[in-house]
Amino acid sequence: MIVSIASGKGGTGKTMVAVSFALSLIGVVPKEIQLLDCDVEEPNARLFIQSLDAQKKTVTVPVPVIDASLCNLCGRCAEVCVYNAIAVTQKKALVFPELCKSCGACSYLCPQKAITEKEKKVGFVEEAKGSGIALVSGKLEIGEIDAVSVIKAVKKRVDPQKINVIDSPPGTSCPVLETLQESDFCILVTEPTPFGLNDLKLAVETLRKLQIPFGVIINRCDLGSDCVEAYCEQESISVLLKIPFKREIANAYSRGIPFVEVAPEYRKRFQTVFQNIVKELP
Amino acid sequence: MKIAIAAQGDHLDAEVDSHFGRCAFFIIYDTETKAFKAIKNPNVTAQSGAGINSVTLIEREGVKKILAGNFGPKAERTLSSSDIEIVRDVAGTVKDAIQLVTK
Repeated sequence: MIVSIASGKGGTGKTMVAVSFALSLIGVVPKEIQLLDCDVEEPNARLFIQSLDAQKKTVTVPVPVIDASLCNLCGRCAEVCVYNAIAVTQKKALVFPELCKSCGACSYLCPQKAITEKEKKVGFVEEAKGSGIALVSGKLEIGEIDAVSVIKAVKKRVDPQKINVIDSPPGTSCPVLETLQESDFCILVTEPTPFGLNDLKLAVETLRKLQIPFGVIINRCDLGSDCVEAYCEQESISVLLKIPFKREIANAYSRGIPFVEVAPEYRKRFQTVFQNIVKELP
Repeated sequence: MKIAIAAQGDHLDAEVDSHFGRCAFFIIYDTETKAFKAIKNPNVTAQSGAGINSVTLIEREGVKKILAGNFGPKAERTLSSSDIEIVRDVAGTVKDAIQLVTK
């Protein structure tokens, strides 16, 4: 089973919810719990999980290398590259690996067979075991843009025998779609502000397109207005949980302490959220 | 010799564009015959690689010099693998730019 935690807007509390939700299920569901951090540009779930040694594995993608001694500058590779990652001037064929999306068209179609592929490092996946929980985090290399490849590598570790809680990147772009696909349920975390509502609507549209069932958790629910609740009611979206804006939660978060540890009454509430999710699934 | 000027319009009174890869037009000017033509830059809205493709476009025109306000790093790398000379920090009209090269 896969439950992903997403949001339209950044900074609404996805990681806080994902970590506390996952920790609350340990020992109360008859399955192992695995937390997968797919927010590979800012993977910070690991700050909250005390773990033993982590195992790191490099994530690579193939990029073209052109053998100048075989290349006759015909320009076919540049022509077929929809990402403009190859330039063929009258003197030389140049590769721009930072633009390459590893489709392989250039090496496949080169009439001279002058193009081979080499592996380029784009990030790594870290696997760690905490107490009662397994943590898988992806991290994108500094300067790289191919978040999707690192997310795919993280998602290879999804284990159907376990409860997989996925911490998604914010927004509604490619990395988010890659993360959310195959989810059985998605929890959208939002806040009751105009920005929170606007970006929640975008996320709702996305999930409806992906046909993934979802519900909403309203974080900092006592700030702002009732705009999010009114919207959820109007759209028949279930509000799974409300979390107030509290200094002790913020304080614990800033010190890397999961919030269910300073507000243990929320363990039960997250367990109820889980039971309600299970009820909603076909 | 043929030169190219990154321009905001398709005529000689147009302003030189500050950015090479995504300029509106390339003015291709022949310094011997004083004839010119304007090519609409198809790379203006390219998601990536505008500079790279703009280089191969002007190279096909047989240009020996390119004048613009500035060049992106990928355009510069591509230009350094061609026989085209870069003239940067060019401002004013296309006419001014031509004088810079022909004076």
